[in-house]
Amino acid sequence: MKLWALIAGVLFGLGLGISGMTDPRKVIGFLDVTGSWDPSLAFVMGGALAVHGIGNRLVRKRPKPIFSSAFGLPPFSAIDGRLIGGAVLFGVGWGLAGYCPGPAVVSAASGAPGALVFVGTMAVGMLIYRYIGAPAAIQAASSSS
Amino acid sequence: MDYLPALLGGVLIGLAATLLLFTNGKIAGISGIVSDAVGSGADRAFVGGLLIAGLCFALFRPAVFGETVAPIGMIAVAGLLVGFGTRLGNGCTSGHGVCGLARLSPRSLVATLTFMLTAGLTVLAVRA
Repeated sequence: MKLWALIAGVLFGLGLGISGMTDPRKVIGFLDVTGSWDPSLAFVMGGALAVHGIGNRLVRKRPKPIFSSAFGLPPFSAIDGRLIGGAVLFGVGWGLAGYCPGPAVVSAASGAPGALVFVGTMAVGMLIYRYIGAPAAIQAASSSS
Repeated sequence: MDYLPALLGGVLIGLAATLLLFTNGKIAGISGIVSDAVGSGADRAFVGGLLIAGLCFALFRPAVFGETVAPIGMIAVAGLLVGFGTRLGNGCTSGHGVCGLARLSPRSLVATLTFMLTAGLTVLAVRA
């Protein structure tokens, strides 16, 4: 149900802002292990994993989600060049700008030019993938949806 | 060093991911949700929620946004890399780093270690 997706989005976005993930300087300080390292953002992943590690397990014991017929699962299972190549490209972009997708979208709502440009070119990158990089099955699925 | 806000924010993120799975059965991977938002109403609603949270911060706590760290051209290139890379690797910090690791997925562990390492090396190279 869309209302619950909206509420989850608000909670997720509040969490990103409260945690410090929407401040690119702080993110760079976390990634800069050999410089003046600020390890506090490790607690974001720690808190999220503690809660969702338990929550995910409890929820998936149920036969199905409340408003949908089945739980989603990732479409791929192999550890391959696409996974690692994609993670490398993402890591380079994250390190250059200090934005990953969620914090960038939350920050774009503030009208900050850097975040708006980042979200714009991120959407272009996703479209480029859809037309040149995606396996044929994904291209067929996205053009029919 | 803001450990408590970081921990509280992380708990909220974990709750949000659990709520989305419980109600809609969806994995809270932001790059996938943004990419699918054109076609799916629930994905659009989730992105709308992120934007509402951003507006709330813009109105009441604008300090959370900090300042950009790179020239605008570099930010534009970074966005392209993040958009293409997260689709190629099928996940970002949330999809692999939170949801995948919470499921103990080996694939997500490899992805998370890889993007953490390359992000750290990139910062090292740019700040050097």
